[in-house]
Amino acid sequence: MSEKTTLRPEIMRSALGRARGYGSAKSGLHHWWAQRLTAMALLPLSLYFVASVLLLAGANQEAMIAYMREPWNAVLFIALILALFYHLQLGLQVVIEDYIHAEGRRIALLLAIRAITVLFGLLAIVSVLKLAL
Amino acid sequence: MTLTVASSKHVQHFVLKGDLVVVQDVREALMQGRNSDGKMVRRPLSPHLQVYRPQISSALSIFHRFTGIALSAGALLLALWLAAAATSPGAFAIAQAVLDSIFGKLVLFGFTLALFYHFSNGIRHLLWDAGYGFELPVMHRTGYAVLAATIGLSVIFWGLFLVIG
Repeated sequence: MSEKTTLRPEIMRSALGRARGYGSAKSGLHHWWAQRLTAMALLPLSLYFVASVLLLAGANQEAMIAYMREPWNAVLFIALILALFYHLQLGLQVVIEDYIHAEGRRIALLLAIRAITVLFGLLAIVSVLKLAL
Repeated sequence: MTLTVASSKHVQHFVLKGDLVVVQDVREALMQGRNSDGKMVRRPLSPHLQVYRPQISSALSIFHRFTGIALSAGALLLALWLAAAATSPGAFAIAQAVLDSIFGKLVLFGFTLALFYHFSNGIRHLLWDAGYGFELPVMHRTGYAVLAATIGLSVIFWGLFLVIG
Protein backbone atom coordinates (compact mmCIF):
# COMPACT_ATOMS: atom_id res chain seq x y z
CA MET A 1 0.00 0.00 0.00
CA SER A 2 1.48 3.30 -1.05
CA GLU A 3 1.60 6.00 1.56
CA LYS A 4 -0.18 8.97 0.06
CA THR A 5 0.63 12.45 1.25
CA THR A 6 -2.51 14.38 1.97
CA LEU A 7 -2.91 17.98 2.97
CA ARG A 8 -3.96 18.33 6.56
CA PRO A 9 -5.07 21.91 7.06
CA GLU A 10 -5.69 21.30 10.77
CA ILE A 11 -1.94 20.94 11.24
CA MET A 12 -1.67 24.71 10.85
CA ARG A 13 -3.50 25.19 14.14
CA SER A 14 -1.91 25.11 17.55
CA ALA A 15 -2.82 22.34 20.00
CA LEU A 16 -4.49 24.93 22.20
CA GLY A 17 -6.46 26.28 19.25
CA ARG A 18 -7.67 22.77 18.41
CA ALA A 19 -8.60 22.08 22.04
CA ARG A 20 -10.59 25.29 22.30
CA GLY A 21 -12.25 24.62 18.97
CA TYR A 22 -13.48 28.16 18.48
CA GLY A 23 -12.71 28.18 14.77
CA SER A 24 -11.70 31.41 13.16
CA ALA A 25 -11.96 34.62 15.14
CA LYS A 26 -15.30 35.74 13.69
CA SER A 27 -14.83 38.78 11.48
CA GLY A 28 -11.15 39.39 12.29
CA LEU A 29 -9.99 39.26 8.68
CA HIS A 30 -12.55 41.81 7.56
CA HIS A 31 -11.55 44.12 10.42
CA TRP A 32 -7.88 43.78 9.49
CA TRP A 33 -8.47 44.55 5.82
CA ALA A 34 -10.83 47.42 6.49
CA GLN A 35 -8.26 49.01 8.82
CA ARG A 36 -5.53 48.76 6.15
CA LEU A 37 -7.75 49.95 3.29
CA THR A 38 -8.94 52.99 5.25
CA ALA A 39 -5.31 53.65 6.26
CA MET A 40 -4.24 53.66 2.61
CA ALA A 41 -7.15 55.93 1.67
CA LEU A 42 -6.24 58.29 4.50
CA LEU A 43 -2.64 58.78 3.31
CA PRO A 44 -3.57 61.11 0.39
CA LEU A 45 -6.80 62.32 2.04
CA SER A 46 -5.05 63.51 5.21
CA LEU A 47 -2.47 65.40 3.13
CA TYR A 48 -5.37 67.03 1.25
CA PHE A 49 -6.98 67.85 4.62
CA VAL A 50 -3.78 69.41 5.96
CA ALA A 51 -3.54 71.58 2.81
CA SER A 52 -7.22 72.59 3.23
CA VAL A 53 -6.60 73.58 6.86
CA LEU A 54 -3.73 75.80 5.71
CA LEU A 55 -5.93 77.39 3.05
CA LEU A 56 -8.85 77.87 5.47
CA ALA A 57 -6.81 79.16 8.43
CA GLY A 58 -8.61 82.20 9.80
CA ALA A 59 -11.37 81.93 7.17
CA ASN A 60 -14.86 83.28 7.78
CA GLN A 61 -18.03 81.31 7.00
CA GLU A 62 -18.27 82.88 3.54
CA ALA A 63 -14.85 81.48 2.62
CA MET A 64 -15.85 78.06 3.99
CA ILE A 65 -18.99 78.06 1.82
CA ALA A 66 -16.98 79.12 -1.23
CA TYR A 67 -14.48 76.32 -0.57
CA MET A 68 -17.08 73.57 -0.09
CA ARG A 69 -19.03 74.74 -3.15
CA GLU A 70 -16.22 73.38 -5.27
CA PRO A 71 -17.51 69.85 -5.99
CA TRP A 72 -14.11 68.21 -5.58
CA ASN A 73 -13.58 69.83 -2.18
CA ALA A 74 -16.95 68.54 -0.93
CA VAL A 75 -16.28 65.09 -2.37
CA LEU A 76 -12.78 64.87 -0.88
CA PHE A 77 -14.01 66.12 2.50
CA ILE A 78 -16.82 63.54 2.58
CA ALA A 79 -14.40 60.78 1.50
CA LEU A 80 -12.03 61.92 4.24
CA ILE A 81 -14.81 61.86 6.85
CA LEU A 82 -15.96 58.36 5.82
CA ALA A 83 -12.44 56.87 5.85
CA LEU A 84 -11.42 58.74 9.01
CA PHE A 85 -14.43 57.80 11.14
CA TYR A 86 -14.41 54.20 9.91
CA HIS A 87 -10.67 53.94 10.63
CA LEU A 88 -10.92 55.45 14.11
CA GLN A 89 -13.85 53.21 15.03
CA LEU A 90 -11.81 50.13 14.03
CA GLY A 91 -8.77 51.41 15.95
CA LEU A 92 -10.61 52.30 19.14
CA GLN A 93 -12.38 48.92 18.98
CA VAL A 94 -9.00 47.14 19.14
CA VAL A 95 -7.83 49.32 22.03
CA ILE A 96 -11.02 48.55 23.99
CA GLU A 97 -10.82 44.82 23.21
CA ASP A 98 -7.20 44.77 24.37
CA TYR A 99 -7.57 46.60 27.65
CA ILE A 100 -11.18 46.26 28.87
CA HIS A 101 -11.66 42.71 30.08
CA ALA A 102 -14.98 42.97 31.95
CA GLU A 103 -17.46 41.83 29.31
CA GLY A 104 -20.33 44.14 30.22
CA ARG A 105 -18.18 47.24 30.25
CA ARG A 106 -16.41 46.19 27.05
CA ILE A 107 -19.64 45.70 25.10
CA ALA A 108 -21.08 48.96 26.46
CA LEU A 109 -17.95 50.87 25.40
CA LEU A 110 -17.87 49.24 21.94
CA LEU A 111 -21.50 50.21 21.39
CA ALA A 112 -20.87 53.74 22.67
CA ILE A 113 -17.87 54.17 20.34
CA ARG A 114 -19.97 53.04 17.37
CA ALA A 115 -22.80 55.38 18.28
CA ILE A 116 -20.45 58.36 18.71
CA THR A 117 -18.58 57.59 15.46
CA VAL A 118 -21.77 57.27 13.43
CA LEU A 119 -23.35 60.42 14.91
CA PHE A 120 -20.28 62.65 14.58
CA GLY A 121 -19.47 61.24 11.15
CA LEU A 122 -23.00 62.03 9.98
CA LEU A 123 -22.80 65.48 11.59
CA ALA A 124 -19.61 66.21 9.65
CA ILE A 125 -21.02 64.92 6.33
CA VAL A 126 -24.34 66.78 6.68
CA SER A 127 -22.42 69.95 7.56
CA VAL A 128 -20.23 69.64 4.44
CA LEU A 129 -23.33 69.04 2.30
CA LYS A 130 -25.10 72.02 3.83
CA LEU A 131 -22.11 74.24 3.09
CA ALA A 132 -21.76 72.83 -0.42
CA LEU A 133 -25.36 72.88 -1.59
CA MET B 1 -8.72 26.32 48.41
CA THR B 2 -9.35 28.94 45.82
CA LEU B 3 -6.60 31.06 44.34
CA THR B 4 -7.41 34.48 43.09
CA VAL B 5 -5.14 37.06 41.59
CA ALA B 6 -4.83 40.52 43.04
CA SER B 7 -4.80 42.26 39.69
CA SER B 8 -8.12 40.83 38.55
CA LYS B 9 -10.00 40.04 41.70
CA HIS B 10 -13.29 39.10 40.09
CA VAL B 11 -11.87 36.14 38.20
CA GLN B 12 -11.14 32.74 39.74
CA HIS B 13 -8.32 31.49 37.57
CA PHE B 14 -7.92 28.02 39.05
CA VAL B 15 -9.16 26.01 42.00
CA LEU B 16 -7.21 23.44 44.01
CA LYS B 17 -9.13 20.28 44.85
CA GLY B 18 -6.73 18.16 46.89
CA ASP B 19 -3.76 17.62 44.60
CA LEU B 20 -5.86 18.34 41.54
CA VAL B 21 -5.74 21.76 39.93
CA VAL B 22 -9.04 22.61 38.30
CA VAL B 23 -8.57 25.28 35.67
CA GLN B 24 -11.61 27.42 35.04
CA ASP B 25 -10.56 28.42 31.56
CA VAL B 26 -8.41 26.27 29.29
CA ARG B 27 -6.26 29.33 28.49
CA GLU B 28 -5.15 29.28 32.12
CA ALA B 29 -3.52 25.84 31.73
CA LEU B 30 -0.17 27.40 30.86
CA MET B 31 -0.48 30.24 33.36
CA GLN B 32 -0.15 28.28 36.62
CA GLY B 33 3.06 27.72 38.48
CA ARG B 34 4.62 27.69 41.93
CA ASN B 35 6.72 30.46 43.43
CA SER B 36 9.91 29.78 45.42
CA ASP B 37 7.85 29.05 48.55
CA GLY B 38 5.97 26.32 46.71
CA LYS B 39 2.76 28.34 46.72
CA MET B 40 0.52 28.10 43.67
CA VAL B 41 0.57 31.39 41.79
CA ARG B 42 -0.54 32.68 38.44
CA ARG B 43 2.49 33.30 36.27
CA PRO B 44 3.00 36.97 35.46
CA LEU B 45 2.38 37.98 31.87
CA SER B 46 5.16 39.38 29.74
CA PRO B 47 6.08 42.18 29.12
CA HIS B 48 6.71 43.09 32.75
CA LEU B 49 6.53 46.84 32.53
CA GLN B 50 8.54 47.29 35.75
CA VAL B 51 11.62 45.56 34.35
CA TYR B 52 11.07 46.07 30.63
CA ARG B 53 13.83 48.24 29.21
CA PRO B 54 12.26 51.02 27.14
CA GLN B 55 13.22 50.63 23.50
CA ILE B 56 12.46 52.65 20.41
CA SER B 57 10.36 49.81 19.01
CA SER B 58 8.07 49.56 22.04
CA ALA B 59 7.94 53.33 22.56
CA LEU B 60 6.92 53.98 18.93
CA SER B 61 4.28 51.24 19.13
CA ILE B 62 2.76 52.86 22.21
CA PHE B 63 2.93 56.31 20.56
CA HIS B 64 1.00 54.92 17.58
CA ARG B 65 -1.90 53.89 19.81
CA PHE B 66 -1.71 57.04 21.88
CA THR B 67 -1.72 59.36 18.85
CA GLY B 68 -4.54 57.28 17.33
CA ILE B 69 -6.69 57.88 20.40
CA ALA B 70 -5.79 61.59 20.44
CA LEU B 71 -6.62 61.93 16.73
CA SER B 72 -10.00 60.28 17.35
CA ALA B 73 -10.77 63.19 19.66
CA GLY B 74 -9.45 65.47 16.90
CA ALA B 75 -11.95 63.93 14.45
CA LEU B 76 -14.80 64.85 16.81
CA LEU B 77 -13.43 68.41 16.88
CA LEU B 78 -13.32 68.42 13.07
CA ALA B 79 -17.01 67.44 13.00
CA LEU B 80 -17.87 70.25 15.45
CA TRP B 81 -15.80 72.74 13.40
CA LEU B 82 -17.71 71.80 10.22
CA ALA B 83 -21.02 71.91 12.10
CA ALA B 84 -20.21 75.41 13.37
CA ALA B 85 -19.52 76.50 9.78
CA ALA B 86 -22.82 75.00 8.66
CA THR B 87 -24.76 76.61 11.52
CA SER B 88 -24.19 80.37 11.18
CA PRO B 89 -21.49 82.98 10.47
CA GLY B 90 -21.47 83.84 14.21
CA ALA B 91 -21.04 80.25 15.36
CA PHE B 92 -18.14 79.76 12.92
CA ALA B 93 -16.52 83.03 14.01
CA ILE B 94 -16.58 81.77 17.63
CA ALA B 95 -15.08 78.41 16.56
CA GLN B 96 -12.31 80.16 14.60
CA ALA B 97 -11.60 82.53 17.52
CA VAL B 98 -11.25 79.55 19.91
CA LEU B 99 -8.84 77.82 17.48
CA ASP B 100 -6.92 81.10 17.04
CA SER B 101 -6.38 81.60 20.79
CA ILE B 102 -3.16 80.53 22.51
CA PHE B 103 -4.93 77.48 23.95
CA GLY B 104 -6.42 76.61 20.57
CA LYS B 105 -3.05 76.94 18.85
CA LEU B 106 -1.43 74.68 21.48
CA VAL B 107 -4.12 72.04 20.93
CA LEU B 108 -3.71 72.32 17.14
CA PHE B 109 0.07 72.05 17.54
CA GLY B 110 -0.43 68.81 19.47
CA PHE B 111 -2.78 67.53 16.78
CA THR B 112 -0.30 68.26 13.97
CA LEU B 113 2.43 66.34 15.82
CA ALA B 114 0.03 63.44 16.45
CA LEU B 115 -1.24 63.46 12.86
CA PHE B 116 2.20 63.54 11.23
CA TYR B 117 3.47 60.86 13.62
CA HIS B 118 0.49 58.54 13.03
CA PHE B 119 0.77 59.24 9.28
CA SER B 120 4.50 58.39 9.10
CA ASN B 121 4.37 55.41 11.43
CA GLY B 122 1.22 54.25 9.59
CA ILE B 123 3.29 54.00 6.39
CA ARG B 124 5.84 51.98 8.37
CA HIS B 125 3.03 49.66 9.53
CA LEU B 126 1.68 49.26 5.98
CA LEU B 127 5.18 48.35 4.75
CA TRP B 128 5.41 45.71 7.49
CA ASP B 129 2.01 44.38 6.40
CA ALA B 130 3.41 44.10 2.87
CA GLY B 131 6.35 42.12 4.28
CA TYR B 132 9.11 44.73 4.21
CA GLY B 133 11.42 46.07 6.90
CA PHE B 134 11.35 43.37 9.59
CA GLU B 135 15.14 43.17 10.09
CA LEU B 136 16.04 44.71 13.44
CA PRO B 137 18.53 47.33 12.13
CA VAL B 138 16.04 48.35 9.41
CA MET B 139 13.26 48.55 12.00
CA HIS B 140 15.36 50.86 14.16
CA ARG B 141 16.32 53.03 11.18
CA THR B 142 12.70 53.37 9.99
CA GLY B 143 11.72 54.15 13.60
CA TYR B 144 14.11 57.09 13.75
CA ALA B 145 13.03 58.10 10.24
CA VAL B 146 9.43 58.30 11.50
CA LEU B 147 10.49 60.63 14.32
CA ALA B 148 12.47 62.79 11.88
CA ALA B 149 9.53 62.88 9.44
CA THR B 150 7.16 63.90 12.25
CA ILE B 151 9.34 66.84 13.19
CA GLY B 152 10.06 67.74 9.55
CA LEU B 153 6.41 67.69 8.45
CA SER B 154 5.36 69.68 11.53
CA VAL B 155 8.03 72.32 10.86
CA ILE B 156 6.91 72.57 7.20
CA PHE B 157 3.25 72.84 8.25
CA TRP B 158 3.78 75.59 10.83
CA GLY B 159 6.23 77.36 8.53
CA LEU B 160 3.57 77.48 5.79
CA PHE B 161 0.98 78.46 8.39
CA LEU B 162 3.06 81.48 9.40
CA VAL B 163 3.68 82.42 5.75
CA ILE B 164 0.02 82.15 4.74
CA GLY B 165 -1.54 83.41 7.99
